[in-house]
Amino acid sequence: MNTPCLVEMHGISKRFPGVKANDSVDLRLFAGEIHCLLGENGSGKSTLMTILSGLYKPDAGQLFIHGAPVTFHSPRDAIRAGIGMVHQHFKLVETFTVAQNIVLGDRKLSFVPNMDQVESALADLSRRYKLAIDPKARVWQLSVGERQRVEIVKMLYRGCETLILDEPTAVLTPQETRELFSILREMADQGKAIVVITHKLREVMEIADRVTVLRKGHKVAEYTRGSFSEAQLARAMVGKEIISRIRRQPSNAGEEVLRLEKVAAFNDSGGRLESVSLSVREGEIFGIAGVAGNGQRELAEVISGLRRISQGSIYINGVDMTGSSIRQRISAGISYVPEDRLGTGLVPGLGIVENVILKGYHTPAYSLGPFLKRRDALSKSMELVSKFNIFASSLESPVSMLSGGNLQKLLLAREFSSDPKLIVAVYPVRGLDIGATDAVHRLIIEEKEKGAAVLLISEDLDEVLKLSDRIGVLYEGRLAGPVNREDTDIEELGLMMMGASGEVASGGIGSC
Amino acid sequence: MSTGFIIAVLATAVTAGTPIFYAALGELISERSGVLNLGVEGMMLVGAVTGFMAGSITQNHWIGLLAAMAAGGAMGFIHAFLCVSLRANQVVSGLALTIFGTGLSGYLGKSLVGTPLPDPFRVVDIPVLSNIPVIGPILFQHDILVLFSYILAPLCWFIVFRTRAGLNLRAVGDNPGAADSLGVNVFLIRYVSVIVGGILAGIGGAYISMAYVPTWMENMVAGRGWIAVALVIFATWNPLNALWGSYVFGGIDALGYRLQAIDVSMSPYFLKMLPYLFTVLVLILVTQRNMVYRIGAPKALSVPYDREER
Repeated sequence: MNTPCLVEMHGISKRFPGVKANDSVDLRLFAGEIHCLLGENGSGKSTLMTILSGLYKPDAGQLFIHGAPVTFHSPRDAIRAGIGMVHQHFKLVETFTVAQNIVLGDRKLSFVPNMDQVESALADLSRRYKLAIDPKARVWQLSVGERQRVEIVKMLYRGCETLILDEPTAVLTPQETRELFSILREMADQGKAIVVITHKLREVMEIADRVTVLRKGHKVAEYTRGSFSEAQLARAMVGKEIISRIRRQPSNAGEEVLRLEKVAAFNDSGGRLESVSLSVREGEIFGIAGVAGNGQRELAEVISGLRRISQGSIYINGVDMTGSSIRQRISAGISYVPEDRLGTGLVPGLGIVENVILKGYHTPAYSLGPFLKRRDALSKSMELVSKFNIFASSLESPVSMLSGGNLQKLLLAREFSSDPKLIVAVYPVRGLDIGATDAVHRLIIEEKEKGAAVLLISEDLDEVLKLSDRIGVLYEGRLAGPVNREDTDIEELGLMMMGASGEVASGGIGSC
Repeated sequence: MSTGFIIAVLATAVTAGTPIFYAALGELISERSGVLNLGVEGMMLVGAVTGFMAGSITQNHWIGLLAAMAAGGAMGFIHAFLCVSLRANQVVSGLALTIFGTGLSGYLGKSLVGTPLPDPFRVVDIPVLSNIPVIGPILFQHDILVLFSYILAPLCWFIVFRTRAGLNLRAVGDNPGAADSLGVNVFLIRYVSVIVGGILAGIGGAYISMAYVPTWMENMVAGRGWIAVALVIFATWNPLNALWGSYVFGGIDALGYRLQAIDVSMSPYFLKMLPYLFTVLVLILVTQRNMVYRIGAPKALSVPYDREER
């Protein structure tokens, strides 16, 4: 390339207790390009960029900005060198206004800032890059998409030349994603270098001028536009040929297992679930799509009994379970795979055996009066570990030592081994690599084929479309749809995720 | 009840509230930066005894005050070192400092019990203002530290809510990760805030031993540090609210003494209990309101910050 090299990272290594997050990684960024950093979870993409943004210090390696060697001691140094990062979990002070968030830490600002002046400067900036923001709004009132724009403006305000975005599309609808990509292209055309961290091949194909692939902390490949295919990227990212064996079987729905009638509930921060009605039948996967934070967690908790409902009723196998305790629901055959597997799902400090019997320790299978049948628990755990392919050094050491994929398999093993009638799975593959994702999907489909009713809550539209028989979309606590899998496509679901109701949006063309 | 009685009670409310105000303001600044300081009681006690001691030896109340500030600041530094640098549990560190301060002040003050302070803070006469009827005696016939608190409260309010320093302070207390990513020095701000908090607690303590009672008794702060901690919540982390809030607490305190003085037939122990009872009531009310509106508390309060935490 003839354009100047803005940033060069040379031989960067970073070690965390137990893992080598980056191992001698090289990376070069040029003005005017969109550079994708591709890799699975845990491959070290975010670590590498967090080093570039000055938050982490590398153990070895050298950074060059405009060809000159630099050492960053803090994010301030990185910002001064023109590097800005939009983190996956936004770094915004929720109680502040947009303008306050953007000027925070700016030493050029006078000691008693004139916020009116700042706000008008921001309005100019947002017009120039077509990033609509309201400088006076409080951040906690903003949607995720708006917060992302605030983060981008924050970096532009600081005059950054290199903008790093960590998994920017994870929280966006397909339409918002397209809008973001066009903004990024515009910024690249104005001479900025854009880095997009992602694990989605489709996005790389769509926007990357160049792509660097990381695997287990190593740089394994670098391609320029036109010289790579999706299959090539996948192979580089995973390190072996991946053939997805997931094939959705047409549903064979039987009796109704779960019915929600006009269920309403409040969440912790004042939002709510409003009048949600749905029904899931035996042998069917009902997918719930939508941007996270629109009531997904509340819906799952209402069904599993963790959250009280304010209105409506819940029936399981025709029995009114509205006021039932969690244990009654478990006996009725509910299995719950919560979104935070190490918080709600498993007890991090306990071993595999104890986690396995957590749901049934009080039943005759594992207890005799006040005593636990340790031997039965142990043999059950050994059975599950081999059946579900869980890799663990010991059955007794704390499960917090397990990798994400093994944790999830352990959780599923416990939940599925009781032959559930209803499975509520929330983001079941979040943070898992391709192999583990495949395994989890296969397990869910197996349960469906055995006749369980599955409610699958996911923010990944591809996952929902791959597994579900019927699909509903949660938007601001309301359920749109459901639509049949055969009659819908990603475009229609995207519209529903932005609030178009199912009826209006349906009639979409059944493609894919 | 005569007007004279009411004016006297209100005037005492101001003096009784002033040590609570200084301590609460210090706690407020520390909590705004995200560090909970339960060592206030101990810091006040150490401030009270050091101020009294230095004031006795030098016969100068200003030197006494400076010594109290230094002692409070030093204890603040210990708290900051434990909580910010070593990321210790803030509750444990604070409680330890209170226990330490209680013991240390009792030990240091042993020989001082019962001795009078040669040069206590005295009422200063402000021309014009002191002579306003009713308001004059209540608000302005006081010593310099009371008068200074009138300036300090709005000044702190202005700094916290209107300046760049305040923006940094609040950001560090709400989302240190965000502040850090923009180059705000989280550690420095927390250190400064906790030390300033200690200094103010020291002034609060010194006020009790050098102006309010001008003498030294063991454990003479008598729980005012804990009231200050509660007051910060009551004031929703706003310095102006802390000022009038401390007078409410001071007023209840003063009312207890005054009622005793005019021979109300009530157990003196019950009257002495009033401020603490009121603290409990306020905490119940305020935390419930907070539950509903989710306002006030800095989000990162009592959470140590670790940049490389994964």
